[in-house]
Formats: sequence, C-alpha cells, structure tokens
Amino acid sequence: MQWNSVGEFFVMGGYAFYVWGSFGACLLLMVAEPLLVRHRLSEVRKSLFRERIADELDLQQKS
Amino acid sequence: MRQSIIQWFRFASPQSFYPLAGRMIPWFWAAAAVFGIAGLWLSFFVAPTDAQQGEGYRIIFVHVPASWMSMFIYLVMAFWAGLGLALNTRVSGMMAQALAPTGALMAALSLWTGALWGKPMWGAWWVWDARLTSELILFFLYLGFMALQAAIDDPRRADKAGAILALVGVINIPIIYFSVKWWNTLHQGSTINMNKAPSMAQTMLWGMLLMALCFWMYSIAVALMRVRAIILERERHTEWVKHAVE
Repeated sequence: MQWNSVGEFFVMGGYAFYVWGSFGACLLLMVAEPLLVRHRLSEVRKSLFRERIADELDLQQKS
Repeated sequence: MRQSIIQWFRFASPQSFYPLAGRMIPWFWAAAAVFGIAGLWLSFFVAPTDAQQGEGYRIIFVHVPASWMSMFIYLVMAFWAGLGLALNTRVSGMMAQALAPTGALMAALSLWTGALWGKPMWGAWWVWDARLTSELILFFLYLGFMALQAAIDDPRRADKAGAILALVGVINIPIIYFSVKWWNTLHQGSTINMNKAPSMAQTMLWGMLLMALCFWMYSIAVALMRVRAIILERERHTEWVKHAVE
C-alpha cells in the first residue's frame, strides 16, 4: 500500500479534486438512477392497484 | 432441440419475462457489489502510483469502464431495437427503451471523468479531438433516441422509429473505438490492445477489469428494473398485469 496516513489517501497526491470528482460523480449517478427507477416501478404499481380497486367498486355497485 | 427453442421464445412475451427479470435482478446487484468492492480495493490500495501521472491516473478505474459500457450498451440497444424491427417482438423494443437512459448515463460519466482527467494532464477540460467528439455524439444519440421515443404516443410506432435511429447510429461505435488510430488525437491510445500485451501493470489492469465487470452488472440490473416498469406501463390494460400487482 502506498498511503502512509488517512490524510494522504484523501489528498491523492494533489489530484484530490479530479480523482474524487470522478469517483464521486459515478457514485452519485449510480445510486440515483436505481432509486429513480424503483420510484417509477412503485408509481406504476400503485396506479395499477388503484385501478383495480376502482374496477372492483364498479362491479359492486352494478350488482 | 425444438422444445428448447420454444422455451426461449416463451420469454419474448412480456408476461413471462416480467417475473423472470424480477428473479434475476438481485443476482446482478450482488455481482455488481462484489466486483465493485474488489475493484475499488485494487484501484486504491493495490495498484501502484503511476510513474508519469502520479495518483491522478486512478481516474482510469472509472473512466474506462464507463466508456466501454457507453459503447457496449449502445450495441446491445441497437441489437434489441433491430430484433424488434425484424421479428416484431414486443419485449425487444422495451429492452431497447430500458437500456437507453443507462447508456446515456455511462456516456455522461465517460465525458465527465474524461474532463476531470484531461484538465490536470493536458491542461484542458475539453478539446475537439476525434475521440472526445465522437463520444459526445454518442451521448447525443442516446438523448435523441429517448427524445424521439418520448415524442411518439403509440409505443409500437415509437419502437420502430427509435430502432431506425439506433441502427443508423451504430456507425458511430467503430468511429469512437478506432478514432485514436485513424486520427492524430490528443487522447492516448488504448491501454488494452487485442494484438499486444497490455502496456500497464497487472494490478492496474485487474482493477480496471473488475470495475468494468461491476459497471456491466450494474447496467444489467438497472436495465432489468426499468424494463419491468416499462412492461407494466405498456401492458397495463391486459388481464395478467391487473393480477400481477397485489
């Protein structure tokens, strides 16, 4: 290992902004994307569920 | 033989692909996590400092995987789009649509990490070099594909229009890949070459490959999640979808 201290690791030999800016952007987008997709999936599930309840209520009123 | 082909075609229907995708997703997430942890460990704690670029070269461990995936996802997207156009299978178009945003994300990350690497090493965030310009065009192709599909109300027509765009855009992939050979670019040549031994330390190479596997597994997992949402959205008026959600 080439790091003598935790501080040295974060300084990245003077390239901290560039290295952490790159890894940070990847982490940010690759956490945000699945969360957004999960939200989209749960929204469509919710709306399908509401639709089904509405259909069932319709049927009850007719009978 | 015949039986097994029929087995495969079964998954071309949204109804049987939806639960299959759901069962596969956790495995791809697990694989992404394992490769990611191993790759990051190699990237930061095992791979040595570069003789010329010091610690700044470590951007390679996300820049190369993101760039590879941006090109690879485009090929897979175009493959599904073309298959949908040829065979008129419904899941194909949905797969292409599910892959586009993830491909655009990878292209964006490739450009972003490239800019952050270019500034300290070349002294410029951006240059109009063949490699960078063709990657930017790839990013715009993804955005164009998504915008075109979003602009057409009928999903089947949107699939067809998108497929044409995706297939025409494939020409850009070899241009990106060979740009560093065909033109005199500021961008360095590829570190991994089919014809000769890689010009980098073994541990650096392994770090890069593990990170690429992580990005690959991530892309599959997130695309499968998105295709499930698309299936439910598009098939919402069918009986099976009504019973698929409890």
